[in-house]
Amino acid sequence: MFYVLLFMFAGMISGYLLRSKKFSFLNRLILLLIWLLLFLLGLEVGMNQQVVNQFANLGMEAFLIAVLGTLGSVIGAKILWNKIKKQNER
Amino acid sequence: MKGSLIILSFFVTGLLLGLYRILPTSWLNFDYSLYVLCALMFTVGFSIGNQPETIRQFRTIHSSVILLPFTTIIGTWAGVLLLSFFSKYSLPDYLAVSSGFGYYSLSSILITEYKGAELGTIALLANIFREVITLLLSPALAKYFGKLAPIAAGGATTMDTTFPVIIKTSGKEFTIVSIYHGFVTDFSVPFLVTLWCGIK
Repeated sequence: MFYVLLFMFAGMISGYLLRSKKFSFLNRLILLLIWLLLFLLGLEVGMNQQVVNQFANLGMEAFLIAVLGTLGSVIGAKILWNKIKKQNER
Repeated sequence: MKGSLIILSFFVTGLLLGLYRILPTSWLNFDYSLYVLCALMFTVGFSIGNQPETIRQFRTIHSSVILLPFTTIIGTWAGVLLLSFFSKYSLPDYLAVSSGFGYYSLSSILITEYKGAELGTIALLANIFREVITLLLSPALAKYFGKLAPIAAGGATTMDTTFPVIIKTSGKEFTIVSIYHGFVTDFSVPFLVTLWCGIK
């Protein structure tokens, strides 16, 4: 599956080589592709009987991951912020 | 928020079409989503390579703030580490899902490809929740955890969807920090998700 990343690197190199030109439609194209992918993901999920049956459990699991992940990163930011404030006082 | 709702509506439309079998099941025999994913990765890479000046801008950042994306990543992992003691999925699964850092489209697609639709759905929901938490709670987070907290909460989204809320909460002087943080975290998503999905 690592070859998915190769597409990104190929894109980066192409984008860099063509950097004298600006492609204003890129952000719209990215958004369009994201919409298409999420539609396909929804379709895949909707047709997956196992996932449909477990949806009630998955929602709670997802919520806990979001809350605990965010809380952990915010505590990390607090530690860094206190350090920066101390450095500035000096 | 409007962007989230549009994206959610695409997901829900697909979900309903799948649930009620409106499209023929044979549709899924061919792996369309992987091809669209490769096209998306190419386009995202292209847009980064096309604007090398955004990369050079980061030199002006205060030295310690450079660590912020890393405290976000480590903090997120520490948070879900706690969860893995009580729940049914393995630690690498939780680390993979949380490594979306709010970038729900890419992380859910990657995890669906690597680990199947169930964990992919959890990734989609968990990372949408993370963005919504950031959009709704930024002022409270800044108050109790300092001005870097809304940026940390926003994860990979701090250079686009959550950017306006962060700047409104923490101040315009955090513009470069927020973009830098979003850029590094966003860029790390495909690598870290792939890494954790590769560990059994």
